[in-house]
Amino acid sequence: MAKIYNLLLCAGASCISSGGYSFRDKLVEELKKHNIENMVNIVETGCVGICELGPVVIVYPDGVFYKKLKPEDAKDIVEEHLLKGRVVGRLLYKEKDSEKIVQQASQIPFFQKQLKIVLRNCGIINPESLEEYIGKDGYSALAKVLTEMKPEDVIKEIKDSGLRGRGGAGFPTGLKWELVRNSKGGEKYVICNADEGDPGAFMDRSVLEGDPFSVIEAMTIAGYAVGAKQGYIYVRAEYPLAIKRLRSAIKKAYEENLLGKNIFGQNFDFDLEIRVGAGAFVCGEETALMHSVEGQRGTPSPKPPFPADRGLFGKPTLINNVETYANVCQIILKGSKWFSSIGTEKSKGTKVFALAGAINNTGLVEVPMGTTLKEMVYEIGGGLPNDKKFKAAQIGGPSGGCIPEEYIDTPLDYESVKKLGTIIGSGGLIVMSEDTCMVDLAKYFLEFTQDESCGKCPSCRIGTKKMLEILNRISKGRAKVEELDLLIHLGEQISKTALCGLGQTAPNPVLSTLKYFKDEYLEHINEKKCRAGVCFKKKK
Amino acid sequence: MNREEILKKYEPTRENLLYILHDIQDSKNEKYLSEEDLVAVSRYLKISRSEVVGVATFYTMFSVKKRGQHIIRVCVSPPCQLMGGNTIFNYLRKTLGVKEGETTSDNMFTLESSSCLGVCAVAPAMMIDDQMFGNLTPEKIDEIITRYREKKNG
Ligand SMILES: Cc1cc2nc3c(=O)[nH]c(=O)nc-3n(C[C@H](O)[C@H](O)[C@H](O)COP(=O)(O)O)c2cc1C
Ligand code: FES
Repeated sequence: MAKIYNLLLCAGASCISSGGYSFRDKLVEELKKHNIENMVNIVETGCVGICELGPVVIVYPDGVFYKKLKPEDAKDIVEEHLLKGRVVGRLLYKEKDSEKIVQQASQIPFFQKQLKIVLRNCGIINPESLEEYIGKDGYSALAKVLTEMKPEDVIKEIKDSGLRGRGGAGFPTGLKWELVRNSKGGEKYVICNADEGDPGAFMDRSVLEGDPFSVIEAMTIAGYAVGAKQGYIYVRAEYPLAIKRLRSAIKKAYEENLLGKNIFGQNFDFDLEIRVGAGAFVCGEETALMHSVEGQRGTPSPKPPFPADRGLFGKPTLINNVETYANVCQIILKGSKWFSSIGTEKSKGTKVFALAGAINNTGLVEVPMGTTLKEMVYEIGGGLPNDKKFKAAQIGGPSGGCIPEEYIDTPLDYESVKKLGTIIGSGGLIVMSEDTCMVDLAKYFLEFTQDESCGKCPSCRIGTKKMLEILNRISKGRAKVEELDLLIHLGEQISKTALCGLGQTAPNPVLSTLKYFKDEYLEHINEKKCRAGVCFKKKK
Repeated sequence: MNREEILKKYEPTRENLLYILHDIQDSKNEKYLSEEDLVAVSRYLKISRSEVVGVATFYTMFSVKKRGQHIIRVCVSPPCQLMGGNTIFNYLRKTLGVKEGETTSDNMFTLESSSCLGVCAVAPAMMIDDQMFGNLTPEKIDEIITRYREKKNG
């Protein structure tokens, strides 16, 4: 019997963690019970993006979107929808204000505002199926590169596109490729940084879980462009599902000669291996990461030398972030003109943001650079739960800072955000309501960096500890006003003297909250008052 | 797989050190690296014991102390904290009767903290071995812990 229905079941880590597989098992059981397994194709996809509503399923051909599924719901979906063609109303999405029921995934505002380049296949294909990837233009970019383009052409295309690194610093990608290509010294390496440690960031995980081939294909293209035959993907050990899917994808690529020797019958070889971390945030820093790949302690080294000159095993190395790579194939296929027509003048293309905190639609969204924070929070994010008032958004994780309510119209692009003293970073966006105390927030972030400091340089190891001690005193109402100046002074010194980006940016969340919410700090010190009601709580 | 079999799976190059340590640790009931393990690895890779110890103690996922059969890693990063991560951690401490880093008396669980697990959209979150759990509440934790205990007995 022909398959009549395709059920796209989100099998991203978030949906699984909220019971996705229990639902799936029950669904399979129900299908068997009614003897219609042959009619229905269950496709386990990567992250659909709207994690808050998980576990979710989209039923095709109708495109009906079901949310927050429990195992018991499988029965209704099978008996009502699949057997009788009646949509199960109670499992549909309802618009927040109007209570309007939305049946089609494409009509949900969360999806409508988005433009998907990086996440184009996530939630649409089975991430472990090479056939489905190829069905979505997969490997056409590599074919084009190997048969029609010289390495220099590839680099020019990436340069012209204006693509900048999505791992945090926003360095122009094409320029980096060119530096590595021009770097002298026989062997070269290509690395993908999939260490994603920023608290609040999970876009790289979703790309690897949902579309691993796109990263593998892009790395192969990068290898061709810079002249490397060996690639490594360094994935944090906290992402077992991403590792599993990557392993399976690499194996399939080898089987079809899309990795290995004479790829596409051309005179080009490329091998790819996975390296798994073991729980150290600092390994996301590129020099530390390369030490870790070599099997050493993951401590950073001073730069220069830059990886492009002397990187992995002392050889010229290209290192890019997962999301950066995930843009590459589309740029090759659709051209740099197309890509650079999206976004703002200096920030091209899209950015994937991870929405977390006090927001209704937590999850992953991909929007053109320059989308405003307001659109993000209210239109895509659906506002704050219980109609709480928006206070600020923390962006850029522990290296970033906050954007307060008065700047909610700020376009999210590298330049505009920098003007406010923060960074786009990896794209974590944590929304905070009036229930969040900004001193407390700064403390959490500093605890994080203090905990993750590798201890190699004193200004990070001791400096952040001193800052944390002051913050702790402030939140207990035991600090003096002068200590705020000391906090700023310490922060500035650490930024100037720390060895790597971890220390250099660690003071940012403190400095940024001090800049916009000094009142709150002063209230804690002078009045022993916390307006969010978080500090000074009586111990039970 | 025993230690010798694991070692043989890998070329004896330094690059493979993290993989080897992961595999040996996972293969053991006490989920840790013993002195003998560290020495065996250093011999196999022809590097000093202190180099191996240096790596094994740098990364938070490796342990040179005996642990329980399952490792619970509770996320304590800011987004989870803002969504009540502390309450969850305290509840686990109470339920399991252990402090952070300790193992339950039946050697079933070791309670650890972790930085962001990358599922902040379903905060607060934790991981048990390779399994992710999100949107945690005390009730949900009871359910999960009971399930693990039943699996062991059943
Ligand atoms: C402490 C620290 C942590 C970092 N963590 C990551 C990370 O998890 N993922 C990432 O891609 N880049 C991370 N970076 C940035 C990398 O060092 C590097 O700039 C990036 O991988 C380059 O890729 P891109 O040009 O594609 O952005 C981190 C930097 C620092 C200082
Ligand atoms: S902060 Fe807890 S999972 Fe990201």
